[in-house]
Amino acid sequence: MQPTDLTVPAAAQREAFRIKDCSLVTIATGRHAQNLRELRDHLAAVDAMVVYSHFWLGRLQPRYDEMEYVNDFAAWAFRALHDYVLGERLAMVDPSEFDDLDELRQEVLDLVEERLDEREMVPWARPGQRFDFLRAQMVVFDTYQRISRPEELPAAVLRFSPGSLFYHLIDARRRRPDGLDDLRAWLVAWGLGDSPLVQELAGVDWHFLSLTELRERVAAICAADLGGGQG
Amino acid sequence: MSGPDTTTAPRPSLAAYAEVVGEAVIRQLERLAEPLQGKRIVHVNSTRAGGGVAEILAKMVPLMQELGMDASWEVIEGNPDFFQCTKSFHNALQGDPVDIPDRLLRVYEEVNQQNAAVLRDKLADADFVMIHDPQPAPLLHFVGQRKGKWIWRCHIDASRPQRSVWRYVRKWVVDYDASVFSLADFTQALPHPQYVIPPSIDPLSDKNRDLTPQEVAAVFSRFGLDPDRPLILQVSRYDRFKDPVGVIQAFRMARRYVPGLQLVLAGGGATDDPEGEAVLAEVHAAANGDPDIHVLVLPPDAHVTINALQRAADIVLQKSLKEGFGLTVSEAMWKEKPVIGGNVGGIRLQVIDYQTGFLVNSPEGAALRIRYLLQKPEKRAKIGERAREYVRENFLLTRHLREYMTMMLGVYHDGQPRIVLG
Repeated sequence: MQPTDLTVPAAAQREAFRIKDCSLVTIATGRHAQNLRELRDHLAAVDAMVVYSHFWLGRLQPRYDEMEYVNDFAAWAFRALHDYVLGERLAMVDPSEFDDLDELRQEVLDLVEERLDEREMVPWARPGQRFDFLRAQMVVFDTYQRISRPEELPAAVLRFSPGSLFYHLIDARRRRPDGLDDLRAWLVAWGLGDSPLVQELAGVDWHFLSLTELRERVAAICAADLGGGQG
Repeated sequence: MSGPDTTTAPRPSLAAYAEVVGEAVIRQLERLAEPLQGKRIVHVNSTRAGGGVAEILAKMVPLMQELGMDASWEVIEGNPDFFQCTKSFHNALQGDPVDIPDRLLRVYEEVNQQNAAVLRDKLADADFVMIHDPQPAPLLHFVGQRKGKWIWRCHIDASRPQRSVWRYVRKWVVDYDASVFSLADFTQALPHPQYVIPPSIDPLSDKNRDLTPQEVAAVFSRFGLDPDRPLILQVSRYDRFKDPVGVIQAFRMARRYVPGLQLVLAGGGATDDPEGEAVLAEVHAAANGDPDIHVLVLPPDAHVTINALQRAADIVLQKSLKEGFGLTVSEAMWKEKPVIGGNVGGIRLQVIDYQTGFLVNSPEGAALRIRYLLQKPEKRAKIGERAREYVRENFLLTRHLREYMTMMLGVYHDGQPRIVLG
């Protein structure tokens, strides 16, 4: 791919991208489910931020497996309940399609209810495989690093910490009213909203990527469109 | 003891950690520490040496100081009855049926009251007090007036505690501002936030730093081991929950298929563990003078020796029946060793079956995996390589410190889900 011919305004007219970082810590809610019915009951009652945590935060926690199940509910259905039908349905829930967390919670509840209706027996998890409802506390802070111009993006993204990647590329989609990630929003502000670069970044299906993979993918797209920078 | 442990590495600085984890991780710690500058943070536990808690604090506190926090570490004093009582707590919280006489509970309370009198000024004025495990838990009650936030850190696998004992311990921890458990599975019904923070290893400590080939080779001659025969190792306190006798059973089963196999059980005691001698006697009885079973009793500062043994081993076991975390698992993984671990507690967080090691449920399971891995050196190498990277990402001291600071900021801001600094 050839670098795009980007006509961008002088840097002085645009704000620099402020690279932020975040650190998360997990808090147990004290609620846990050993079977699918308990999952439904607790899910209906927990704080909406718990729903957020189980959809988004897995990629900042110790894990080795591929990001195949994309959210904790789907992963538990597969691995602990061995209900592959439910696991597949839950894995296809895309949180970015929902305007708020209560709508997202309702979608999960509907799928769980539907599955409980379909099955004659309530599926149980073995001891030691219960579902713990967790929420996260996030501290956001400035790294004091700035990206002055889009051309600096490829090299800058490669230096993003996992926390910066999460904050700017994943968390932003729920945080921002426009549903964009912070990088695309910044590029839009630079007048690049219709550029192939922004469109290609929009096409990155981050659900299946580890943060390391996400960093490499985004940096590669930026380098291809803006040139250089892989160092 | 003379030998390799007399050479102690200088205390590493944050800059040295950057070489292991990258500059970005250190910058992250520095930014997070900014609002904690000058805050008085006091850790309290019951032993200065022996066991994972003391090891972590010995590294964590200097790093907190380097980051600008006024951090310190206090150790409570106890008597044999006190430690008998707290060892019973430990066993009961890990699920053993234990009957603790009222007399010992009174001793437990009196010892804490005495320690509170000694530490009162320091703890009452601190911005954050982190109380580690049940031993000093009543200090909160006995110190009384306090300025800062108090956090109870439970390092034990408390997933299925003996309920009567948990009820007793709970009454001492219920008034804390927060508690910390290593796994979500260990959390209990408490009226304050329960943080989930796994512990960690220090990659630059004598226990984990790189050694020269000569330093590693030295353990063979020192302990009468044959470098040309396969060697398996378990490093643990002599504690029934670590199942050293089960390891000997697994060794004997595996040796039928791997002639020449050698086993090293390396452990020592912690000053707050009065049962070690009895368990050691059981281990010697099970070993029954077998010349290829080496039961080592090492002093608490034998870090370089343990490091060398882990590097010398072909496979490392941690066949625990209960395990709060099991730092020795991450230690071995950091040295690119495949770990065969008991399918319990914190070991499950570290050993990903077939990826970074194997999880087993019996001596037979351990024997099977020993045979398998010894037949497949390329598999051992691959698993070991993955294991090291998994530890780098998840179980190093820098991650632990970051989460502690995040938690302190969280507790300070009364549990707000999102705290924006600056």
